[in-house]
Amino acid sequence: MTDATTDLATGPITTNDGRPLKEALAASLAVRRRRAFLLVAPLFLFILISFIIPIGQMLGKSIYNDGFSSHAPALAAWFDAHPAGSAIDESAYVALRDDLVAMKKDKTAGEAGTRINYDISGTRSLFTAAARGAEKMQPPYMDAFLKLDKKWGDPNVWRAMRSASSPFTMDFYLAANDLKRNEDGKIVSVGEGQAVYKKLMLRTLVLSLEITAICLLIGFPIAHLLATLPMRKAMLLMIFVLLPFWTSLLVRTTAWMVLLQQQGVLNDLMVWLGIIGDDGRVQMIYNQMGTIIAMTHILLPFTILPLYSVMKTIPPSYVRAARSLGATSWTAFRRVYVPQTLPGVGAGGLLVFILAMGYYITPALVGGADGQMISNLIAFHMQKSLNWSLAAALAAQLLAVVLIFFWIYDRLVGIDKMKLG
Amino acid sequence: MTATTTDEGFVVFDHVQKSYDGETLVVKDLNLSIAKGEFLTMLGPSGSGKTTCLMMLAGFETATNGRILLDGTNINELPPHKRGIGMVFQNYALFPHMTVAENLSFPLEVRGMGKSEREAKVMRALDMVQMGKFAHRRPAQMSGGQQQRVALARALVFDPALVLMDEPLGALDKQLREHMQFEIKHLHDSLGLTVVYVTHDQGEALTMSDRVAVFNDGRIQQLAPPDELYERPKNSFVAQFIGENNKLPGIVEELDGEKCLVRLATGEIIDATPVNIRHKGQETLVSIRPERVEFKPEMMPPGAHMIDAEVLEVIYMGDIFRTRMKVAGSTDFVMKSRNTIGQTKLHPGQHVKIGWHPADARALDPM
Amino acid sequence: MKKLLIVTTALVGVSAAAQAQELNVVSWGGAYTVSQVEAYHKPFTAQTGIKINSIDADNPAAPVKAQSEAGNVSIDLADVELSDAIKMCDEGLLEPIDPATLPAAPDGTPATEDFVPGAIQDCAVANIVWATVIAYDKTKVGDTPPTTVADFFDTKKYPGKRGLLKAAKRTLELALYADGVPADQIYEVLGTPEGVDRALKKLDTIKSDIVWWEAGAQPPQLLADGEVVMTNGYNGRFFAAEVGEGKPFGTVWDGSYMDYDLWVIPKDAPHKEDAKKFLAFSTDTQRLADQAKWISYGPARKSSNALVGLYQDGKTEMAPYMPTNPDNMKSPIWTDPTFWADHDTELNEKFNAWLAG
Repeated sequence: MTDATTDLATGPITTNDGRPLKEALAASLAVRRRRAFLLVAPLFLFILISFIIPIGQMLGKSIYNDGFSSHAPALAAWFDAHPAGSAIDESAYVALRDDLVAMKKDKTAGEAGTRINYDISGTRSLFTAAARGAEKMQPPYMDAFLKLDKKWGDPNVWRAMRSASSPFTMDFYLAANDLKRNEDGKIVSVGEGQAVYKKLMLRTLVLSLEITAICLLIGFPIAHLLATLPMRKAMLLMIFVLLPFWTSLLVRTTAWMVLLQQQGVLNDLMVWLGIIGDDGRVQMIYNQMGTIIAMTHILLPFTILPLYSVMKTIPPSYVRAARSLGATSWTAFRRVYVPQTLPGVGAGGLLVFILAMGYYITPALVGGADGQMISNLIAFHMQKSLNWSLAAALAAQLLAVVLIFFWIYDRLVGIDKMKLG
Repeated sequence: MTATTTDEGFVVFDHVQKSYDGETLVVKDLNLSIAKGEFLTMLGPSGSGKTTCLMMLAGFETATNGRILLDGTNINELPPHKRGIGMVFQNYALFPHMTVAENLSFPLEVRGMGKSEREAKVMRALDMVQMGKFAHRRPAQMSGGQQQRVALARALVFDPALVLMDEPLGALDKQLREHMQFEIKHLHDSLGLTVVYVTHDQGEALTMSDRVAVFNDGRIQQLAPPDELYERPKNSFVAQFIGENNKLPGIVEELDGEKCLVRLATGEIIDATPVNIRHKGQETLVSIRPERVEFKPEMMPPGAHMIDAEVLEVIYMGDIFRTRMKVAGSTDFVMKSRNTIGQTKLHPGQHVKIGWHPADARALDPM
Repeated sequence: MKKLLIVTTALVGVSAAAQAQELNVVSWGGAYTVSQVEAYHKPFTAQTGIKINSIDADNPAAPVKAQSEAGNVSIDLADVELSDAIKMCDEGLLEPIDPATLPAAPDGTPATEDFVPGAIQDCAVANIVWATVIAYDKTKVGDTPPTTVADFFDTKKYPGKRGLLKAAKRTLELALYADGVPADQIYEVLGTPEGVDRALKKLDTIKSDIVWWEAGAQPPQLLADGEVVMTNGYNGRFFAAEVGEGKPFGTVWDGSYMDYDLWVIPKDAPHKEDAKKFLAFSTDTQRLADQAKWISYGPARKSSNALVGLYQDGKTEMAPYMPTNPDNMKSPIWTDPTFWADHDTELNEKFNAWLAG
């Protein structure tokens, strides 16, 4: 708008009243764009507030923990001034004492100690105890601290404090991969007795794949039946498929407990039929088998529905064509029908896999010890140990694994081919 | 040719009946014999049973009663893949996950044919329908007409003795459809195929077929070559279903072998040829093709009866004039006259006398 | 789900803050919450007109921490375990409590002396002493019912499945105790890697027979269903099943694990003054004694013991079921909150690794 009288030959095209055409177009579209935006704004706002921001905050915790750094400014300054490897001299202990005095006043020694305790087990009380006595300490502080607890001279503790003096850390991702830093700051494995996360992540993957495979195997024929039965019968069958959706997850899981436990319906039935003896009751719950059975049942509709919606659109003429061309019904099924259901298989499989990866309540209730999944440990750190940073790191890794599978799926099948119904 | 049963045809329907629900018959006592190399069309409105017949022949439905013979063998119990019948489906049914070449290769593969032989046959079949360049396309990347050609090639690639086509041109536009009709007919002639073709489009049936079986209500109403069907329909249904037709209801006044007189509702008497009326005094429906109606006395045979008509509307259609007139109380009587030099031009409101050759007016059942 | 928690609690916070004369009290649910509602909430509302919203949680410490992190606290009071009370107090999440505000005993003994040792903390006041004990099904253990933790680990003598809490805390202590470590030395042993191995090795002997539980309502259910013949669990829950529902359960008091449940007030609680009023009210001698009428947890005041009489059914003597009864307190394992604050992470990882192995 600075110069409306630019040379017409070289300048931008203008409207009849001399405004640049681009500007006029933008203005005329702006109204529409604003209106469209206003329509989606409530949803956008809802998703932002209830989903994106909390998840972002949560994931942020996996790399950001100011439990120590925010309460230890003097130490942070000392670490800044003295690079790693410097001798821990009296000036360091002065800073430590200053911080502990402040911590005692603000009641934050526990928080600071908790942060260091994530790194080195057993150091939380080091901080709470020292904070209590810090005010009365007399210089030289190095001796005073060492007299209080020899651990204050441990280079590993100082290494952990240096690392925690910055709120940004990868420590929780190390922990999530069964790794830790040793005294020299090198990354080492936590040792066999303590390594649990990688094992559980792998088990979660394997269990999820197994459940996905079983769901597809069971769901395929049912979906096929649904797609080919006459309307009335199909509707009835559909109700049976959807029935689990209308029941609470907890009710369904507890129902499986009643069915599967050793004194449960299924075992009673088998004993009554003489298949097994009363002392040979099968353990079908509180182990992996329980997790697989209950989760397969709960997730089955998620495979059936996409499969059904794809199968519904496959005209019977394809199989007929194949048959007329000389294919046996098995060949026609395998080479013509099945390939066309792949978008449904992909969608159902991916859906179940992703849901299974994050499943939590069912394995917690029926999984016993070996039917646990990574989400149960995430829940453990959220609810019991209250180590949210580690929970966030584990959750972020779980998300990453799911995204990787999503990416693989996209490369192999193509996400545009997915059909959810 | 008549609809009597003989085991001698290449394809024989022998007293075939079909019911889906055990209460009503979709196909009622079908007898049909198709000769080798014949192009037979099953024509009829939807629900007339024609597609069911085709499906029974292909093996996707089983006859509830009666026999279906193929080359002298009863194929009632034979599964579809053992019948060796090529089939072209309504929406082509090209396998969307396979390329054109793979689609064509499929019937050869399941027959255990070697790779090189397969490739040669596929290319020959594609060249036959001028689709050689499209071998590596997928069905979704081609137009309807191209898919149609591929479907045709696929149905022919394994050299079937019999080819079934289920409304194969239904989804194409008019121009393409006419072109494909010609090509299919050409393939039929050059390859000596036996074709059973199902359609509800009478134009298609007339242009392509050796014989047409007109289906209605689960029965063949008439089985005849196209010209006979058009010119000598055996009953009102066929007369109405095939081509445009004027209907004049009346009572048989006189019946004398090859000729009869019919008194119309308004009292006029017209000449007609009796087709399926039996006695005097019977109600009848006289059917006259619009192009056989004349309004110039010199064009009519001597002694022919003429009746009054009032011109309601004249439509110029290029090659012809289509004149709608009021005749014997009915206002949808149509006359078609050729647009020749010196043709008399009629105007709405004009009163003329019209007539026809008695052989062109067919006295049929009153429906 | 956790992410949602922050938001939903935030929303609850908004709506709760809008109303005055209300307290949001979070507790453990089940028979325990019922006892608190009957003994504390109802009389408090009757006396002050302040309405109390009772909210259940698997562990009330979790929502307190969640809300504090989100900066939107709606909880006024929470009932938490000792280690959580100390931990959260150290982290500055809780309101300090002045013991002088707590009412003295009827005979004039000041609260600081009337409460059992450890029951008054910087930011928390205990209302009950509870125990994690072993219960068994009388019909399945023959003529000589188990009496010791060693019996629990003896699947030859008492064949059948065992129920155990799926957590390092309590389980590792129980294993060491069964392996012969005296109750007062357990944390010393557990503080060493060898001690942890020893505990896990002991658990290995019955690993395949263990049915793990997580929620307090599960153990009596597992026992009643016949899924296990013995299980550990909270003594009040077993009491409710045994006396309240007439189930044939027996209790092994040997090696019982003792802990407090304490009231805490979050630092940013919306109705702090009313919460303090409630805390003083609910921990007076009579209120604590009343609670024992509803569930067999021991009152945290010595002066309440004399007032504990019969169960609400009017005929069952409560004393034999109380964890504070000297007959039941022969070898208690008292929880060590400092130990757990220090070793929580490490021991749970080791325990989970062992569990998954």
